[in-house]
Amino acid sequence: MYRYDSYDQSIVDARVEEFRDQVQRRLTGALTEDQFKPLRLMNGLYLQLHAYMLRVAIPYGTLSGKQMRKLGEIANKYDKGYGHFTTRQNLQYNWIKLADAPDILAELATVEMHAIQTSGNCIRNISSDQYAGVSADEVADPRPWAELLRQWSTFHPEFTYLPRKFKIAVIASDDDRSAMRLHDIGLKLVSKDGVIGAEVYAGGGMGRTPMVAPQIRDFVAEDEIISYLEACLRVYNRYGRRDNKYKARIKILVHEIGVDEYRRQVEEEFAHMKQLGLNPPTEELDRIRPFFANPAYETGLSEEIDRADPAFALWVDRQVVAHKQPGYAIVNISLKPLSGIPGDASADQIVLVADLAEQYSLDELRVTHAQNLVLPHVKKADLYAIWQKLDEAGLAEANLNLITDIIACPGLDYCALANARSIPLAQKIAQRFADTERQAELGELKLKISGCINACGHHHAGHIGILGVDRKGVENFQLLLGGSGAEDASLGQITGPGFSEDGVVDAIEKVTDIYLAQREGGERFLDTYRRIGMKPFKEAIYG
Amino acid sequence: MGRSGGEYFGDAGVKILTGNDLVTGDVIWWAGDGWSRQVNDSVDVGDKGDDLVRTEEAALRVVGAYVIDATTDDEGVRPAHIKDRIRALGPTVRPDLTLKPNDADAGNWVI
Amino acid sequence: MADFLSFRDGDAAQEPAVTVEAFTGQSNATAVRIEPGEDARDLLPHLDRLSLVEVNFPAYGDGRGYSAARILRESGYAGELRAVGDVLVDQIVAMRRCGFDSFHPAKPLDDAAVERALNRYDDVYQKTIDGRQPVWAKRHPEKIYG
Repeated sequence: MYRYDSYDQSIVDARVEEFRDQVQRRLTGALTEDQFKPLRLMNGLYLQLHAYMLRVAIPYGTLSGKQMRKLGEIANKYDKGYGHFTTRQNLQYNWIKLADAPDILAELATVEMHAIQTSGNCIRNISSDQYAGVSADEVADPRPWAELLRQWSTFHPEFTYLPRKFKIAVIASDDDRSAMRLHDIGLKLVSKDGVIGAEVYAGGGMGRTPMVAPQIRDFVAEDEIISYLEACLRVYNRYGRRDNKYKARIKILVHEIGVDEYRRQVEEEFAHMKQLGLNPPTEELDRIRPFFANPAYETGLSEEIDRADPAFALWVDRQVVAHKQPGYAIVNISLKPLSGIPGDASADQIVLVADLAEQYSLDELRVTHAQNLVLPHVKKADLYAIWQKLDEAGLAEANLNLITDIIACPGLDYCALANARSIPLAQKIAQRFADTERQAELGELKLKISGCINACGHHHAGHIGILGVDRKGVENFQLLLGGSGAEDASLGQITGPGFSEDGVVDAIEKVTDIYLAQREGGERFLDTYRRIGMKPFKEAIYG
Repeated sequence: MGRSGGEYFGDAGVKILTGNDLVTGDVIWWAGDGWSRQVNDSVDVGDKGDDLVRTEEAALRVVGAYVIDATTDDEGVRPAHIKDRIRALGPTVRPDLTLKPNDADAGNWVI
Repeated sequence: MADFLSFRDGDAAQEPAVTVEAFTGQSNATAVRIEPGEDARDLLPHLDRLSLVEVNFPAYGDGRGYSAARILRESGYAGELRAVGDVLVDQIVAMRRCGFDSFHPAKPLDDAAVERALNRYDDVYQKTIDGRQPVWAKRHPEKIYG
C-alpha cells in the first residue's frame, strides 16, 4: 500500500481547505451555481436526482482496512448508512449535504483519501487491475505506475479544462480485467529486453460513440512516460473538439484525424517535451515501488481446503482464484446478492470487510470495475472462517462472472442523467436466473446495464448489454450482444427494437436458450455468439 | 392515466416548480409561500415560474430549479415525467428511503 | 477588487494587442492576442519582437489557452503573458504555473481571494516552466534539476 509522505498529505489537506472556502463562498452567495458547479465537480460533488452525491476516489482500486472502515463510518455519519461502488473503482455517497462536504473530505484526508478529480473535464482517477500484485501472470505490479500517474495528474495546471473527461487505466497482465482498451488512454506494462515499459493505447471509450482504443506506441520507458503522456494530452487539449460535448472525447479526435496522424502529432510534441525535464527521475518510481512489494507472506502453509460444507465448496469454486504465493488465495466478494442493488454495500458490510481485510488479508482489499470487492491475500486455511462471516452479512453470493453478477449503473432511481431504471431490471434478471445450477450451466456471461447512453454500466462491453432509453416518457430497453471489455475487447451490437422491462428479461432468456442449444465444446456465450453471429439470436427474439 | 377532476387546480395540466434545497440537497417543490418536500403541496405557478426560479435561486433557497408539467386529481399532484415522479417519491429500489416508507406499492406510482 | 493583476517587474505593456493574423502578416506590432483556436506556435518565429501576448479565455471552461501559454514559455518567450476574459480566482494558480504573469479578468477579482489562492498550496506535483520545484525533485535532492 502506498503511504502519503508530508508532501502528499499537505496537498490533500490544502485541497480540503480550498473546497471549504469554495463551499463557504457558495453558501453565502459569493459564487453562483454556474461558477460553483465546475469547482464542486472537480471535487466529485454532483447535484443528483435526490440530493448531492459525493464520489470518493479509490486510486487504482486499492484500500487498507482503515480506509475502508472510514468509508463505512462516513456512510453512517453523513449519509443514509450505505455507499455505492462504481464501475471506475470509486465509491459514491447518495445523500450528502453541501455544508457537510468539506468535513467529509477532511475525514477522508485523515486516512489518505480524497475526492480530487472524480468528476470534471480533467484526468480522472487512475484505474487498474484488481489482482495487481497477486496474479501470477503480470510482468510487474502496475500500481507504482498508477500512483506515479495519480500524482502527476493531480491539479495538472495545463490539463484541468480539457475538452472532456479523461480516463486512464494501467494493467500489466495479458488478461485485461480493467477494460483497458475502453479508456481514453490505456497503458499495458510489458517487458522488452528485460526493461519494463508501457504499450500505449489511445482513443477508447464507451458513451454514445463507443470505440476500442488502437495502439499508438509499443513501448515507452518509465523515465519518459510522463513527458509522453503530456504530449498525448497536449495534442488532445489543443485539438479535441469543443463545439459539441458529445464529440469532445479523445476517441473522436483520434477517429477523425486517424490514429496515424494522432500518433505523428504526439511524437512531434513528445520530441519537444522530452527535452524539458518533465519526467521524475527513475528514483521516484523506485521510491514508490517498495510500497507495493510483497507483504510478509508466511511459508509452509497448507494448500488444503476442507470442502465438507457444500455451500462453502460452491463459493470457493466460484469466488476464490489462484494467488501467486503458495498457501494463499484471492477472495472475490460479490456485491451482487440476488435481490440486492449491484455495487451497494451497507455501512455495516463495509466495516465488516474492513475487519476481514485487517484480520485475514494483510490489511489490504481491492475494488473491481465490476462493482465487487477483493481480499487479495488470504490464507487458504482461513477461507472457511471468512466465508462464514460473509455469509452472515449477506455477502457470500457465489456468482462471479455469471449472469447474475450484473454490472448496473445507478440509473433513474438515483441519476439525473438517466433515462431508465437499471437496478430494478438487474433485480428481475437476477431473479429469473436465480437457480444456481442454471447459472453454472450458462457459465461466464457478463451482463451489463446502463440507464442512459453515457454507458456508466458498460453496456457496450457486455456479452449481453442493455441500454435503457426514454420512449415517449416510458422506460424502454435495447438489447446488445457480443461486447467484451477484456483482452478480446469488442463492442456489442443492438439486436433490434427495444423492449419493456419484462420483455427484455424474456428476450435474454431466449438468447441464453439459443446459446445452450448451439454451443460447441467449452464455448462461452461470447464464443458461440462470435461463431454463429447475430442472426439465430435475432430470430429467436423477434421471430 | 384517465385521472379526472382535481379539486386543487381543475382538470387542466398545471405548471409546478421544483429544485433542490441549496444546503441539504433535498428535493423541494414550490408551495406558494415557500418550499415543501411534498409534491402534493405544489401550486400552479402559471407563467410565473421563470421569475420564481430567478428570485428563489438568488435568495439561496434553491438550486437547479426548473418548471415542469404536472396533472392533479383527488390523490394529489402528479409530475408529467417519470424522472420527476421518482424525484417526488425517492429511489424505487429503496422503499425505506422514500417519502412513503410504509407503502409497499409506492413504487408503482412512478410508472 | 482587482481588474488587473501583474506579477512582473516594471510597468505592464500598454500597446493594444492585434490579432494573430494581423501580427504575422508583416505588422510592426509588438503585442498580439491569441484566441482559443489559434496556434501559439505561429508566433514562435517572432518572439524576439513581442513584448505582450494576450491569451483570451472567452469561457473559463475552454482550456486551450493553458497549452498556448506553456508552449510560448517553453520556447523561450520572456515577455508579458496575459490571461484575459473569463478568468476566475480559482484558476489563477494553474495559469501562473503555465507561465501567465498578468491577468485582465472580465470581472474584477477579490484581492483577498486571490491572495488566499496563491498561497494555498506549498507543493506541486508537476514540473512546468514556472521554476517551482515539484515534489519529486524535493524527494530526491541528490538529483540536480534545472
